[in-house]
Amino acid sequence: MSNSTWWASESFWRKTAIWVTAFMLVVLILLTFDTVKKITAGHSKVPAYSVINNRIYYKYDKEEEHYMPIIGAEAPLFGKKLTEQEAMDLVSLGKMTTQAKNCMNCHTLLGNGAYYAPDLTKAWLDQGWAAESVREDLMIKFLMNPDKNPRGYGSKRKMPNLGITEEEARGVVAFLKWMSSIDTNGFPNKFRSIPQEGDNDY
Amino acid sequence: MTINKFNSANLNPGQKVAVKYFIAAMLLFVAQIVFGLIAGAQYLMPELFYNVLDFSVVRMVHINAMIIWMLFGFMGAIYWLVEDESGRPLVGVFLANLAFWLFSIAVTIVVLVYLFIQIGPGTQETLWLINEGREYIEAPRWADIGIVICVLIFFYNIAATFMKGKWSGISGVLVLDLVALAGLYLAGMWYTPNISMDQYWWWWVIHMWVEATWEVLVGCIMAWGLIKVLGAKRTVVTTWLYIEVALMFGSGILGIGHHYFWIGTPEYWLSIGGFFSALEPVPLVGMVVHAVYDSGKHDFKNNNHPAMAWLIAHAFGNFFGAGVFGFMHTLPQINLYTHGTQWSASHGHFAFFGAYATICIAVFYIAVQKWRGDVYMSGDTKGAWRWKWSCILLNLGVVGMTMALLVSGYDQTFIERAQEGATWGGYFKAQLSTWFQQGMWWRQVFGYVTAAGIVLLVWDLLTIGKHETKEIVEV
Repeated sequence: MSNSTWWASESFWRKTAIWVTAFMLVVLILLTFDTVKKITAGHSKVPAYSVINNRIYYKYDKEEEHYMPIIGAEAPLFGKKLTEQEAMDLVSLGKMTTQAKNCMNCHTLLGNGAYYAPDLTKAWLDQGWAAESVREDLMIKFLMNPDKNPRGYGSKRKMPNLGITEEEARGVVAFLKWMSSIDTNGFPNKFRSIPQEGDNDY
Repeated sequence: MTINKFNSANLNPGQKVAVKYFIAAMLLFVAQIVFGLIAGAQYLMPELFYNVLDFSVVRMVHINAMIIWMLFGFMGAIYWLVEDESGRPLVGVFLANLAFWLFSIAVTIVVLVYLFIQIGPGTQETLWLINEGREYIEAPRWADIGIVICVLIFFYNIAATFMKGKWSGISGVLVLDLVALAGLYLAGMWYTPNISMDQYWWWWVIHMWVEATWEVLVGCIMAWGLIKVLGAKRTVVTTWLYIEVALMFGSGILGIGHHYFWIGTPEYWLSIGGFFSALEPVPLVGMVVHAVYDSGKHDFKNNNHPAMAWLIAHAFGNFFGAGVFGFMHTLPQINLYTHGTQWSASHGHFAFFGAYATICIAVFYIAVQKWRGDVYMSGDTKGAWRWKWSCILLNLGVVGMTMALLVSGYDQTFIERAQEGATWGGYFKAQLSTWFQQGMWWRQVFGYVTAAGIVLLVWDLLTIGKHETKEIVEV
């Protein structure tokens, strides 16, 4: 490398480095403004928290060519319809509980986290909860006493007892239900949901 | 200069601070491996420490020890080179020591709380005092604030020293990179119930650290290292550094999009993330060419063989671990199935080791040499088998773990994702399958190989050059 050619000179690459970095940063900032707007709760990709008042399906969309959550008829969580504020408070309690109990260091949420336990993105819709009628109950019991209600499918892996209270468990269930309604561009693919009322596939 | 004994008189004030960081880094490196071994064993024996020291806690300590030891390694490396590079003494030695002790005490408290308190109720107090529950940046908020203060002190010290001394291409890039590195941490310090928003900003810290600002930081250390160890020409390494910065930020900043495929973010990230992250290996190829070119140009004649070996391990480890193994699953068509499986663990082990552990170890060897009064360090130095074997075992161990996890990852992707559609039942079907289990056993075996490597490394760093009477080779 010699400084006699402009394309191999220190100053040319210094300027290039500065301009490329600045340009990419500006593009990222512009995209961030747009993305933040679109992922604010209440937007089509990330529904409002009060979506927990409705039934949520996860179906293959032929036009989009990937799986998408579909918001169905009214089906309030724990049988009680909540206002937007109440729903946000409940989901927030659940989200905070998942952080306080360090869920992410065993599970993945939206596919991010650790790989010692199942992904939680669509946990609300998992067939493991048997039927819609018993799902909420089973989830609460499991969260409060996972060591006594193991769901390891023959594996010796069991969720530890994290001292989750009933109130916190309800929050976590609300958070999981809300999370299952986020349009994740088709992740996870081919996820088979629990049979739910109004679901034409069942 | 007394040869072959550890003597602080051989070090300048910045280097005396650096040595403290290096010792703390090595202690945390050992802790990382110990907790990694426990976490690996829990995959094979899930009852191990159940309800006492659960996987979540062990894994958190494993990855947090890693982040902090690498940060300590980088900060130490910069304190090590700052006086050399700026041509003047460090401006705030007392402050540097104060920040070191504050940081170390904070880390100790955080780890003790992780181990003995572990979790709390779902309240803000838990996030402030115990654990923030967000992978890699689990440290509670009080510690975040402490980290920011310590990093600000560090930044002041480095920037002010260069401002009062002389600037160079390396120091210019380094200081600007530190601004970004410190500033980005702030993006991870707030709470929101919205998981999509949470993860959007969380990646600004994680991705922009490990796939952008950390890469540029080690580029600076590498450039300085090649000048020191090989006697490489400054103009050549500086030009390379600029090329790498252009390519690294040119691909890495928008490469963040590969984390925005599936978290509720708009679909345009599929194209942007796929395209730019596919380019991310390019600067890493540049680093390999750069290191090999400089080494060849100097006929591999260098003054510190173990450091040189680790610099070369860094160039290749960064390219294969971060570059190739990242590229393998970065396109959305593949990532749809591999996202959140052992593929990520495979890539993670190789990348963090290849890109960052290696270069920190290279700097440790550079430090030990000077600390012992510029002692001769070569392939035929007394007890050289130790540095050679620790290098072989550490690299073999990590590559072995990487391959074993990849086998498990393939199996998991195939069974859980492609066949079973990512249900809980599908997850456990994959976890119980023979190939997955075999991968986990091999990972554990190579974990022990890695552990043997680190035992030798610690032993070697404490003893290399101790019985050597020759002086450093001039380059």
